[in-house]
Amino acid sequence: MAEAPTSDSLPWYRALANVNWLPAALALAAFAAIGSPATWVTLTVAGLAMGMMIFLMASGLSLVFGLMDVLNFGHSAFVTFGAFIAATVLARLAGWNTADTPFLSVVALLLAIGAAALFGLVAGWFFERVIIRPVYQDHLRQILVTIGALIVAQELVMVFWGGSPVSVPRPLILSGSLVFGDISIEIYRIFAVILGLIVYVGMHLGLNRTRIGLLVRAGVENREMVEALGFRIDRLFIGVFMVGSALAALGGAMWAGYETLIAPDLGSEVLVLVFIVVIIGGLGSVEGSLIGALLVGLTNNYVAFLMPKLALASTMILMVLVLIWRPLGLKPAAKG
Amino acid sequence: MTEHLLRLDDVRTDIGHYHILHGVSLVIPEGGVHVLLGRNGAGKTTTLRTIMGLWRAARGAIIFDNRDITGSHTADIARLGVAYVPENMGIFSTLTVLENLRLATATGAFNNERLDRAYDLFPAIRQFRDKRAGTLSGGQKQMLAIARAIIERRRLILIDEPTKGLSPAIIRAMIGVFREIALETTILLVEQNFLFARSLGDSVAVIDDGRIAHSGAMASLAADSGLQTRLLSLSLDAHG
Repeated sequence: MAEAPTSDSLPWYRALANVNWLPAALALAAFAAIGSPATWVTLTVAGLAMGMMIFLMASGLSLVFGLMDVLNFGHSAFVTFGAFIAATVLARLAGWNTADTPFLSVVALLLAIGAAALFGLVAGWFFERVIIRPVYQDHLRQILVTIGALIVAQELVMVFWGGSPVSVPRPLILSGSLVFGDISIEIYRIFAVILGLIVYVGMHLGLNRTRIGLLVRAGVENREMVEALGFRIDRLFIGVFMVGSALAALGGAMWAGYETLIAPDLGSEVLVLVFIVVIIGGLGSVEGSLIGALLVGLTNNYVAFLMPKLALASTMILMVLVLIWRPLGLKPAAKG
Repeated sequence: MTEHLLRLDDVRTDIGHYHILHGVSLVIPEGGVHVLLGRNGAGKTTTLRTIMGLWRAARGAIIFDNRDITGSHTADIARLGVAYVPENMGIFSTLTVLENLRLATATGAFNNERLDRAYDLFPAIRQFRDKRAGTLSGGQKQMLAIARAIIERRRLILIDEPTKGLSPAIIRAMIGVFREIALETTILLVEQNFLFARSLGDSVAVIDDGRIAHSGAMASLAADSGLQTRLLSLSLDAHG
C-alpha cells in the first residue's frame, strides 16, 4: 500500500543549481568583471548592506501577502515613519553621541531603532484594524485604500517634520571605516549586514521551531485548511502584520542612517525596490525575500560601478530576467 | 448522547450569484458511517463546506450537538470536534508528515496512544513521518489527511470523496480503515463511488440539484433495485 516517495535530498549537481547560490554566483561574476579586489570588496559589502536593509522592509510584506493575499501599498509608510522617528531620537540624544561616551552612543542607537520598531508594531495594529480589515478578499480596493493611506502618511510626515530633507546624525560608534590594506569598509554597512542576518536567523527559527511559526507556514500554503483545523487565521494575521510593519520601520531606521539625509518621499522611493524584491523572491517566502534582496543590493552596486547609465534600470532588468526564468519568483511559497 | 448529532434544516447556500443548495434537510445520527451520494455538481461538496462554515448558509439552520452553528466561524466549528477532509486532501506540502499531524492537535502535543493508532492504521505515515508531505504519493496523502482527522478524538468527521483518483487496492484497504474509525466517531462521507459507499454506509442520502432526493438506510437502497433504477438518472451507477 505504501509507495516510496521521491527523495527530499537533492543530488550534488542539483544542489549546486539551487537558487540559494545566486548571490554568490553574481558576486563571483562581478569579481571577474571588476578586476580590482579592493573595489570588489567595497561594492560587495555595500551591496550586501543595501540588500539586508531592503530585506528588513520586504520580508514582512511578503509574509502578509502570502498569508492573507493582502496587497499593502501602504507598507512603505512604516519605512518612512521608522526613518524619521529614528532620526528624531538620534537628534534628541545628540549629547550622548560623543567620543567620550561610547556606551551612551550605543544606547542612543538602540533607542532609535527600538522606537522605530515599536512605532511599527503599534501603527501596524492600527493599520490592519482600520485600513486593511474592511477590504479583505478585494484586491482592487486594497490597492486603492492602501495607496490612499500612503499618501495620507506622507502628508502626516510633512506636518510633523516639514517638507525639507532632514539630516540624520549617524551614531559615532558606527561612523568611519575599517581599513585592511587597500580595502576600506564602512562600519555602518557591516552593522546593517549583521543586523539583517540576526533578523533573518530570528525569523527562520521563529518560523521553523515554534508552533506559531508552524501555523504561519501552513497558513501561507492553505489558509482555509488551517481554519478547518481549529485556528483563527485572522488573529494570526494581525500578529504577522504587526511584526512585518515593525520590521519595515526598523528597515527605515537603518536606511536613514545609511542615507544620512531623508525626505518625506523616502518610503515611496524604496517601495519600488521592496516590491521588486518580493516579486523576485516569490510571494510569501522569507528565504526568497532574502535572496531577492541580496540580488537587488549587489546588482545595484555592481552595475552603478560598471555601467552607471544602466544603474537605474538594473533592478528592473533583474526582475524581468528572473521572471522569464521563474515566473513565480525564485522561491515562491507553495499554495494549496 | 444526543439523538441526532447533526441536523440541517432547509439549508440554502449561494456562491456568488449562483444558488447551489436549494433547501437541504438532513439528519445524521450519532455513530456509524453516513453517505451523501450524488453526481458532479449536485451540491455534495457545498453541503460539507456549509456545515464546516467555509461557505455561509444564506438561509436555514445547522444544528450540531444541539447547538446552532449556522454562521459560526470555521475554527470554532472545528473546536467543537468536527474534522474536515476536503476533496483535495488539504495537505500542507511544505511541512513534514509529522508537522501536518501536529497541526491537527489542539495544543501541539501528541497523545501517544492516538499517534500509535494512526501509525497502526497507516504504516506509511510512520515510515515517512520526517519527509515533506508534498513528496508523498496520492494514496499516502489521503492516508495522511485521514490520519490528521483522527489524531484527536472527534465527534464528527466530514470526508469529501476519499476514493477519487485512488487505485482499487487502496480503496479496498480504506474500507477496513473507515469501519474501524467509525467505531469511535461519526463519519459523514461524500461519494460518487456507489460500491464503496454501499460497503460502508449505514445510512444514505442522495442529493441532486441542491436538494435531498432520497434518504434512508443504505441496506434498503442496496436491496431495492427499483429505487436504484429511479436514482440512476442521478448517475449513481456511474462508478458502480
